Amino acid sequence: MADVTMRVWRGDAGGGDFEEYTIAQNEGEVVLDVIHRIQATEAPDLACRWNCKAGKCGSCAAEINGKPRLMCMTRMDDLPEGPVTVTPMKTFPIIRDLVTDVSFNFAMAERVPALLPPPMPADGYRMYQEDVERGQEFRKCIECFMCQDVCHVIRDHEENKQYYAGPRFFIRYAELEMHPLDQNDRREYVREEMGLGYCNITKCCTEVCPEHIKITDNAIIALKERVVDATYDPVAWLGRKIRRRTKRTATEAGVQPAP
Amino acid sequence: MTTSPYEHHEYDVLIIGAGGAGLRAAIEAKQRGLSVGIVTKSLLGKAHTVMAEGGIAAAMGNVYADDNWMVHFRDTMRGGKMLNNYRMAELHAKESPDRVRELEQWGALFDRTKDGKILQRDFGGHRYARLAHVGDRTGLELIRTLQQKVVSMGTDVFMECKVLQLVHDASGRVAGAVAYWRPTGEFVTFAAKAVVLATGGVGKSWKFTSNSWESTGDGHAMALWAGAELIDMECIQFHPTGMVWPLSVRGLLVTEGVRGDGGVLRNADGERFMFNYVADMFRAETAESEEEADKWYDDHSAGRRPPELLPRDEVARAINTEVKSGRGTPHGGVYLDIGSRRSAEFIRRRLPSMYHQFMELAGVDITREAMEIGPTCHYIMGGVKVDADTAATKVLGLYAAGEVAGGMHGANRLGGNSLSDLVVFGRRAGVAASDYVEGGSGPDGFDWGEVEAAVDRAIAPFSNEGGENPYDIQRDLQEMMQANVGIIRTGDEIDHAISELETFTQRVKNLSVKGGRAYNPGWNLATDLPSMITVSKCTARGARDRKESRGGHTREDFPKASAEYGTFNLAHTIDNGAWDGVITTERSMLLTMPDELKALLEEAK
Repeated sequence: MADVTMRVWRGDAGGGDFEEYTIAQNEGEVVLDVIHRIQATEAPDLACRWNCKAGKCGSCAAEINGKPRLMCMTRMDDLPEGPVTVTPMKTFPIIRDLVTDVSFNFAMAERVPALLPPPMPADGYRMYQEDVERGQEFRKCIECFMCQDVCHVIRDHEENKQYYAGPRFFIRYAELEMHPLDQNDRREYVREEMGLGYCNITKCCTEVCPEHIKITDNAIIALKERVVDATYDPVAWLGRKIRRRTKRTATEAGVQPAP
Repeated sequence: MTTSPYEHHEYDVLIIGAGGAGLRAAIEAKQRGLSVGIVTKSLLGKAHTVMAEGGIAAAMGNVYADDNWMVHFRDTMRGGKMLNNYRMAELHAKESPDRVRELEQWGALFDRTKDGKILQRDFGGHRYARLAHVGDRTGLELIRTLQQKVVSMGTDVFMECKVLQLVHDASGRVAGAVAYWRPTGEFVTFAAKAVVLATGGVGKSWKFTSNSWESTGDGHAMALWAGAELIDMECIQFHPTGMVWPLSVRGLLVTEGVRGDGGVLRNADGERFMFNYVADMFRAETAESEEEADKWYDDHSAGRRPPELLPRDEVARAINTEVKSGRGTPHGGVYLDIGSRRSAEFIRRRLPSMYHQFMELAGVDITREAMEIGPTCHYIMGGVKVDADTAATKVLGLYAAGEVAGGMHGANRLGGNSLSDLVVFGRRAGVAASDYVEGGSGPDGFDWGEVEAAVDRAIAPFSNEGGENPYDIQRDLQEMMQANVGIIRTGDEIDHAISELETFTQRVKNLSVKGGRAYNPGWNLATDLPSMITVSKCTARGARDRKESRGGHTREDFPKASAEYGTFNLAHTIDNGAWDGVITTERSMLLTMPDELKALLEEAK
């Protein structure tokens, strides 16, 4: 097969630029194969994050020709002819080359109030397939964080990150809200603290999800509907009037700690 | 204590590895109120556990009420060709149902039976449908559940932080570890009263493997260097069904669930060849005709098991023989066909990620076309020798659980028994490490000399100009191990491998690393190579000394199992903790099984 030219962004937090590598490619290869060949031959210090190389771990997200993709699931022969551009995810700070600092997501994960189930019967819980299926869709998430990367609430607005959990965590909240065993109520918390209202359902997240999770339709819109129900519940409204301030923590928002 | 020249942390329990076993151990120690640090060389949630597909084995009896721990124990021992630590197999069979159920308290959502219980599927070597699962992404469900639990407990997790070596106190007890932060290249030390190794496997030393870059045997090697013993290192599982085409994904796993759900193996002539490879040990329980086998899927009392669901070692050897006999596919595999046997809707629901994987990577629609598959290096049964009840190693304060520990699976692991192993023995390691810490018998001091030696060795390649590229050494190692210590072995090839590994040791001492220390994959690989070579030496030595064929160790020159060799493991130790030290390999007798357990094996035949 003909050689291919890869334009790979190289640099760190201090800046960087594209470097071009012209390299052989073989039938059936994905972008990650070619990046690996560059590492093994020309640039052993080219930083990229990867683990499973099978689309299951979500480590190797990058922007290929400007679009967030998993490098391990993007076949070279599916890309248009000509140089292939590979850049790190834009929404997160650069560590080096294609590797970004995704700690924002782990910080958001720490703020998720855990599942609060009833005590387990001796022979386990009973749940029905139709009741677990909604949550199972969201639990397919491989945490590649491409939905976070593409979400314009934070992609071009670093300042919003402190108020906004992002699509990955909206599906997590939706999963917990729809979990057959959960006894918690995070609706007010997800509206007030996690910035659900900032999402204006442009569906960019759904488009890039490698697991084809219907993030916008099945999680975010459903969550918004539930939150609206809670917000316009007169009892909840009265409660907010009396307390007269924004609730700053999950506990203040009425979410119970996990056992 | 001397002040550390590096970033320094102190914990009651330090856990190395954030897969299923490490996270489960952390939950246990954290619940006891101890301080817990988890160190992982990747991001949290990316460990190899995430790639497990088919399910987690536990005799809950939700689909076949006759199932119970005794049948599971018997299946595990027979699958392991009786080389298992019987006590581990016993504890595993008894405790896995509770470990599966507790995952649901933490948020897991398994597929359900009609009456709302956890659904269980068929897998090779298990008499009953026993694998709790979520489609074909069970490992993701397990790791995400444990990860979310660990995070909700406020546990400290050091991500992309690679442990280089364990550290002792003056009396030889384990006292912590030295590591480096991959993003910055800075070193970091951890003092801990107890350490749990949960570092997974070694498969990256073979060319065709289902394992990721992480499976470099770090924990196996660190334990050996620290004074622990490794056993059964010759027992490597080659999973029968890895992808063979395109070449770039050769080795990528195709779940056994395809066969559990009705998929069959055919050679290039279209023959369902597994009927020709039923060993005597399994003849009584295996179907004799396609008609009989096909009845079994719907009702296990209507026929005997299809031969495609024999244990993995049997199936992998059969595929290997078919290909070598000239009945392979164009790309050197055999066909795995489910598309002609099940509806497209069924396949997409039960095996969504397999459908996706073949469609996107190979351009094959598995609902209509057969998959081309062949054996791929998948799992090491061998590992650190541990006490069954406590997961304790020979080194005081050091525990090991999951793939890095040896004994549980004997010479061959049954599918589904790995995820259950992680949670059963991860929990036990957490309990025992916590008991040890609370008992006050922790280390006295921290050997800074060991830290400095490890740091010096790690940075040496930067100042060595003109040496070899670590990627070249890794590629050569993988090709050498694949060719000489692969699925079928001979004495001459193994001897050749042993002498080659000495050459590799010298090559590693003379490698060079380009660039800086911050997120430098070439450097990271350079720090992996000593582990890869150390564990490969143990595998080759075990393969040389086990002059028989058993489970995941097949000798062309000794094709039969020997009664004598069935009585011991081969145990490896290394001189004075040096990574390139002299390895000693000795026989270590198996534990004697109590009569009541022996009776289970007899009556279940």
